[in-house]
Amino acid sequence: MSLTSTLLMTPFLTALLVLLVPGNYRFVVRCLALLGSLVTAILGVVLFLKFDPTGAPYQFEGLSTWVSSSVFRLNYHVGVDGIAAAMLLVTSLVGFAAVAVSWDIDKQTKLFLILLLVMIGGALGAFASLDLFFFYFFNELALVPTFIMIGVWGVGEDRTYAAYKITMYLTAGAMVALIGLIALYTLSGANTLDIVELQKHLAKTPLSSSAQAFIFPCLLFGFGTLVGLFPFHSWAPQGYGCAPSATAMMHAGILKKAGLFALLRVALPMMPEGVARWMPVLAILCVGNLLYCGFVAMRQRDLNLLIGNSSLAHMGFAFLGIASVTVVGLTGAVLVMVSHALLAALSFALSAWIRHQTGTLEIAKMGGLLKRMPFIGSVLTLCFLAGCGVPGFANFAGELAVMFGAWKGLPWIVVVAAWGGLVIGGVYMLRALRTILHGNAGVMLPSLIDAPTAWRKFPFVLLAGGLLLFGIFPNALTRRILPAVTRVAELARPAAVPAATAAPVTAAAVVTPATPASN
Amino acid sequence: MNSSLIVVEILVALLGLGVLLADLWMPATHRRRLGWIAAGGLAVIFFVGMKDAAEVAYAFGAPGAKTGMYVQDSLGVFFKQFFLLAGILVLIMSVEYSGRFATGVSEYFSLTLFALLGMLFAAGTNDFTLMFAALELITITFVVLVSFQRDRASSIEAGVKYLILGATASAFMVFGIALVFGSAGTTNFNEIAAAQKTLASNPIFLVGLVFVLAGLSFKIAAVPFQVWAPDVYQGSPAPTTAFLAVGSKAAGIVLLLRVLYAAVPTITAQWHVLFVVIAALTILYGSLCAIPQRSVKRLMGYSSIANAGFLLLGVAALSKAGAAAMIYYIAGYLFTVLAAFTVLSVVLAQTESDDISTFNGLGQRSPMLAAVLTLSMASLAGVPPLAGFVGKFLLLKSVVPMAATHPIYLGLLAAAVVGVVISIYYYFGIIRAMYWGGKAGASEPLQTSWPIKGALLVCVVGMLWLGILPDTLVQISTPAVEVLKPELPVKVAVAP
Repeated sequence: MSLTSTLLMTPFLTALLVLLVPGNYRFVVRCLALLGSLVTAILGVVLFLKFDPTGAPYQFEGLSTWVSSSVFRLNYHVGVDGIAAAMLLVTSLVGFAAVAVSWDIDKQTKLFLILLLVMIGGALGAFASLDLFFFYFFNELALVPTFIMIGVWGVGEDRTYAAYKITMYLTAGAMVALIGLIALYTLSGANTLDIVELQKHLAKTPLSSSAQAFIFPCLLFGFGTLVGLFPFHSWAPQGYGCAPSATAMMHAGILKKAGLFALLRVALPMMPEGVARWMPVLAILCVGNLLYCGFVAMRQRDLNLLIGNSSLAHMGFAFLGIASVTVVGLTGAVLVMVSHALLAALSFALSAWIRHQTGTLEIAKMGGLLKRMPFIGSVLTLCFLAGCGVPGFANFAGELAVMFGAWKGLPWIVVVAAWGGLVIGGVYMLRALRTILHGNAGVMLPSLIDAPTAWRKFPFVLLAGGLLLFGIFPNALTRRILPAVTRVAELARPAAVPAATAAPVTAAAVVTPATPASN
Repeated sequence: MNSSLIVVEILVALLGLGVLLADLWMPATHRRRLGWIAAGGLAVIFFVGMKDAAEVAYAFGAPGAKTGMYVQDSLGVFFKQFFLLAGILVLIMSVEYSGRFATGVSEYFSLTLFALLGMLFAAGTNDFTLMFAALELITITFVVLVSFQRDRASSIEAGVKYLILGATASAFMVFGIALVFGSAGTTNFNEIAAAQKTLASNPIFLVGLVFVLAGLSFKIAAVPFQVWAPDVYQGSPAPTTAFLAVGSKAAGIVLLLRVLYAAVPTITAQWHVLFVVIAALTILYGSLCAIPQRSVKRLMGYSSIANAGFLLLGVAALSKAGAAAMIYYIAGYLFTVLAAFTVLSVVLAQTESDDISTFNGLGQRSPMLAAVLTLSMASLAGVPPLAGFVGKFLLLKSVVPMAATHPIYLGLLAAAVVGVVISIYYYFGIIRAMYWGGKAGASEPLQTSWPIKGALLVCVVGMLWLGILPDTLVQISTPAVEVLKPELPVKVAVAP
């Protein structure tokens, strides 16, 4: 079995093992789940390090025929390019952190951990799939767990509403995307959803204009809804606000990125005409994410809603990078995907800790937490600074690359992005930091505790460390994702500047976060 | 005459008669055992009696004719296996449920077997007269099965509704058959298919065909003949509802496939807009009406209408791929719906009401039952890794190419997407009730017997098998529809 298959099967096998343990052995269940996710995380790191950027486009491939009928062919095909390797790395890390912060779950622990492991496995499967049927299949595995987790372990009065809203929005987006994928299967004439075979087929016989005109918007808006593209975004803050921490971490951090990942994998490289027609629209819609969601975040009084809206604003950068369709911009988009995965997971883990300790998420009621919780407070500071796009964190590298990449084609939107992402983001992030951490003591439960042991601190350290690591050495990422991104950009804009000249610029721009021009 | 083809039907009929006779000597306290005997007998027939149809064979034809009233082909064999499996699971369920029947437990088993007999004949129908006979056998036995809880007004009401509406539908159908026979001079599907080029312009034949389709629409609960489904589903005993949802609907589907694609494919192709509109309306009607339902059985009634609409996507696709997808979908539907109704009959065995709140706290009371019902609701909603997802995928896959030919298919796709999104709301409402629905009425775990556990295991394995490893059934369903000859409308040519 290939390394990729082993990686994505580990959470499922763990879930199966957990299923066999009686529910009242909570300690065993927790240890087993943690062990499984630890193994997954280690495999994810190994896969990332072993990925060879100079090697074949797809590595660690696993391929077996799944359905071979004359009318319906399907391959189980997994493998990673640079983008997938990076996403698998953060997925396995965030998955481990999510299991670790779920140590406190006391109500129906076993069910919770099984659902969480299925979610992690689904996310890994989605990023590892080289067959679009399996991409969809794995991505949708998270749907029922999300619903149950928000309902049973969620917080807030209107969590039922939030649970319905998130599942129905995600289903609507996924169904529209599914129609697009099926149309790709049939209208391309390739009669397969295997990405490698599809690309080979399309290189010889490109999709007709009418087919692209139908499929591209299906994929753009279908997958866009999964990411929270303005104006199909309102499910996200509410859903995350009510979700238990692990679910919010997995969703905001990881599953959301599957939509962007699919746009990079399918929509851009396979439909150049669609790209030409629809990317200007995406560029305008991403202003909605950047500005509107930023302003909404500014008005939030609830910490989770603030983080949720700010995460939508960050998605605006990823959309802008994609809309630029340049090598630099797309690299930036992938960097944003990776860094935001760590950032969102860290933010929701922290907010869950704070809620657990203070009993509230209302920013105004908190205050002076830094004194009582120096560790959590410091990590929160790091995390929010990363969210403002301060150099030294991975987000900065990504946002800067996006703006460089998009400047030539979309200068006005870059201005908006710089202003929206950096100024508005700075306002609400720093204001929240001031209120929560400094000033007079707000609600203080007598039991208020900082993360007590090194072990409880570990998930936070892991995620924050990832942000810093990729902020200081973005080259570790860009080196791996560049070949894949270059291919995407070449296929998406066949007539554009040859990538050979663009590539070194990217590396230089991203590796040395030299002049923070927009800060 | 080649009566060796109907050996399965003969055995089932004998089994039904045997159960009736055994009732005379069996002491009243032991009559539930007859249910086990009936289920066991069906299992033996299922495993031993079924043979693959190596080639198409006909029975009950005119001497020397190359056709007959009854056909044995791979499509028929598939549906016969389907009906036998459904019969076994429904009988297991009804043994469990039979404690609630005042009298006549063994009649219930035997009537279930006779309904099954009608379905088995429907699977091999190659003639309008045999079709009518099979459907009447199904309808009349179901009238009794629906109203079997004679002490409950709602059960009697359901029976009366089913009787009156069913009789109306049968009247339509028999009138239609008369017109078809009057204009075509034959009721045999093959002979009509040979003459359909001339019949296609004969208004009397077309009117007759419309009436026949009306009768079939009643069976599968498609708009505009769907009104009976919610009332009857709600009032019937749970095993009857399950058998109606699975068996009766599948009988309608196999007959629809045979009439549309074996007897009159050219006319079907001309009428594609009609099928698109009916499919879209059926999906939307079922989904929208299911939203406010509180009674779970009534909800399943509307869900069954919506699912009839999804099945009709395969008819609207006018292709073998569409027919094969229908077969896949209905097979997944078998496991899914029977899993749901088995849990339902266990949960409802103690209480009179079937309000959603009855399921409150089931996740704590009986995690196993709650998990099975969750899987089955997710499968109905079309969520991977379950059978319903692959079924919907294949159906949509068969319809999407048509969207390039006629814009009305885009509307159909939109209706399907809307239907799926709405279905999330009502199916997940049951999941919600089980896991965080509020105060549970009772908290002690529900008792489930071993046969019920076995039936649930079969259903869950079936759902996961069809959802994760689609290869086997795709390999079966593709050749099964080879006997059908769908055609495309003349003006429309599918893009490459």
